[in-house]
Amino acid sequence: MATAEHSEQPAGEAQAGDGVRRRDFLNVAAVSVAGVGGAIALLPLINQMNPSADVLALSSIDVDLSAIEAGQAIKTMWRKQPLFIRNLTAAEIAEADAVPLSDLRDPETLTERTIEGHENWLITLAVCTHLGCVPLGAGEGENKGDYGGYFCPCHGSHYDTAARIRKGPAPRNLAVPEYEFTSDTTVTIG
Amino acid sequence: MSFPWAEQYNPTNPLMKWVDERLPLPRLVYNAVGSGYPVPRNLNYFWNFGVLAGLALVIQIVTGIVLAMHYAANADIAFASVEHIMRDVNSGWLMRYLHANGASFFFIVVYLHIFRGLYYGSYKAPREMIWLLGLVIFLLMMATGFMGYVLPWGQMSFWGAQVITGLFEAIPVIGAPIKQWLLGGFAPDNASLNRFFSLHYLLPFVIAGVVILHIWALHIPGSSNPTGIEVKGPQDTVPFHPYYTAKDGFGVGVFLILLAIMVFFFPNFLGHADNYIEANPLSTPAHIVPEWYFWPFYAILRAFTVDFILPAKLWGVLAMFGSILLLFFLPWLDKSPVRSGRFRPQFKIWFWVLVLDVLVLGWCGGAPAEEPYVMISQLASIYYFAHFLILLPLISRTERPMPLPNSITEAVLGKDDDAAQPAPAE
Ligand code: HEM
Ligand code: FES
Repeated sequence: MATAEHSEQPAGEAQAGDGVRRRDFLNVAAVSVAGVGGAIALLPLINQMNPSADVLALSSIDVDLSAIEAGQAIKTMWRKQPLFIRNLTAAEIAEADAVPLSDLRDPETLTERTIEGHENWLITLAVCTHLGCVPLGAGEGENKGDYGGYFCPCHGSHYDTAARIRKGPAPRNLAVPEYEFTSDTTVTIG
Repeated sequence: MSFPWAEQYNPTNPLMKWVDERLPLPRLVYNAVGSGYPVPRNLNYFWNFGVLAGLALVIQIVTGIVLAMHYAANADIAFASVEHIMRDVNSGWLMRYLHANGASFFFIVVYLHIFRGLYYGSYKAPREMIWLLGLVIFLLMMATGFMGYVLPWGQMSFWGAQVITGLFEAIPVIGAPIKQWLLGGFAPDNASLNRFFSLHYLLPFVIAGVVILHIWALHIPGSSNPTGIEVKGPQDTVPFHPYYTAKDGFGVGVFLILLAIMVFFFPNFLGHADNYIEANPLSTPAHIVPEWYFWPFYAILRAFTVDFILPAKLWGVLAMFGSILLLFFLPWLDKSPVRSGRFRPQFKIWFWVLVLDVLVLGWCGGAPAEEPYVMISQLASIYYFAHFLILLPLISRTERPMPLPNSITEAVLGKDDDAAQPAPAE
């Protein structure tokens, strides 16, 4: 407001030459407090969208492995996500171990991806690391891809017998969840 | 603003006069889409698509509110509630088919509207703000369309949600938490469905707000026209009403006939059969495709297959978002002082190459991710970016435009350049 009355310095507010008034300080302080308060009020509004307690509560399951023969695989659900449990044959283990790490996009050995003493049990999420489709290869007669593991039909990612990414757009190996063997034939996932 | 020769609002009806004195809303309407808004006399039918987009938005809002009266946003019953709308609710099938096909028509109309702007240089000064707001509308439409497609909770709904939220996982470090935050879980589920419904209901009203800004910005310089030259005087314009209300009315009729043909005779032609299968988190459909209007962008996303410094997946995501963000810079990439493609011999050729390119991208995006489609999408994506980042800046420097007419009126009446378009005036 550059009108005549307003451009005059009101009495008592005359300051050192830099034109800063005491009221400017009050304005900045008030706006800052309101800004910080507003930002804090946003936090719960953002956080409410994170997974809720009941979604997180579904996070562990027990699976009985006794019916899965060597060379077979099953699909189950964990945290609302599909999961592969695969009983590897000796040949598949040998095939995975024979691959030099330097050939891998996401270098990991089969041993690192399984639990000691249970190397034949390959447990991974059935969620393609590209854009999240369920790869094929667990069911009887499904396409296992060029490397004998899993094949994602969505954009053509090939995983090997250790469920490591070998070809196609996916950046990472199929994820291995946390799990432990509670007996020789049961496993607790999550 | 308006041109100084705009007709003044002068209500004869005493009620209108009474209202106008207390709330000048009738005046606002008169000056915006009535006789008080002078418009170039030579607009062709490509100038219908803004009004048609507005109509499509109204159809979506009306049918959407009706659907929301019967739909249940709960993962256990959402699919069944849509079947209930289709079979049990009175006229439910009509509302749903109108809403589903209406979305497609909305995109067709907006794509034509955007390409109209590209050809006639409507994005150039002084109309940059109109263009930018239009792009914001387009982004909001895409978000709305995506979330709407999730609501019936069919196989394509579910896997579409999985794939699109999976895009965010490409972001290093914070990608996975962002995906969980968007979905409210580790995979699409009830939490995701509910928030998508909430936002799908909200966004069209946000779009309506931005449309108002878009039209406000349009009314500052006024509409451009097929010659791209400025209005020079009253002889170059006609009042919006009745000239363009009539012309737009004709377009509205054609639009509604086409929509009715789709709704009554081919209601599922633009949809995907797999979405009539209820969502199954354990089995991915053999071939996931988004709705057709996302295909060009989906093709760009999938065009990146090799890692180069960054992972291929991240490149795909960056390129897909980049292909739209790029358009925000268009007014500053194309420096040619001539607006209309009609007077730009080289620009015109490359414009049609771009149209073809986007169609090819769309065709690849709807096809499975196999050769030769991958290779074709790669080439087409390269052209897309090269067109805007290299060709346009270059052409705008080297091209020699054709001589411009002296005025809109001369273009319409003088030389027989425009004989195909009957002049709206006289
Ligand atoms: C809900 C969507 C939209 C609605 C309702 C809408 C509405 C309108 C209307 C009524 C006009 C005036 C008539 C016309 O020139 O056709 C207009 C002009 C315009 N629109 Fe849109 N629009 C929408 C989306 C877009 C989008 C996505 C873009 C581009 C990115 C865009 C760019 C423009 C431009 C550049 C103009 C000025 C054209 C000129 O006068 O030459 N619009 N819009
Ligand atoms: S989601 Fe598996 S390859 Fe794209």
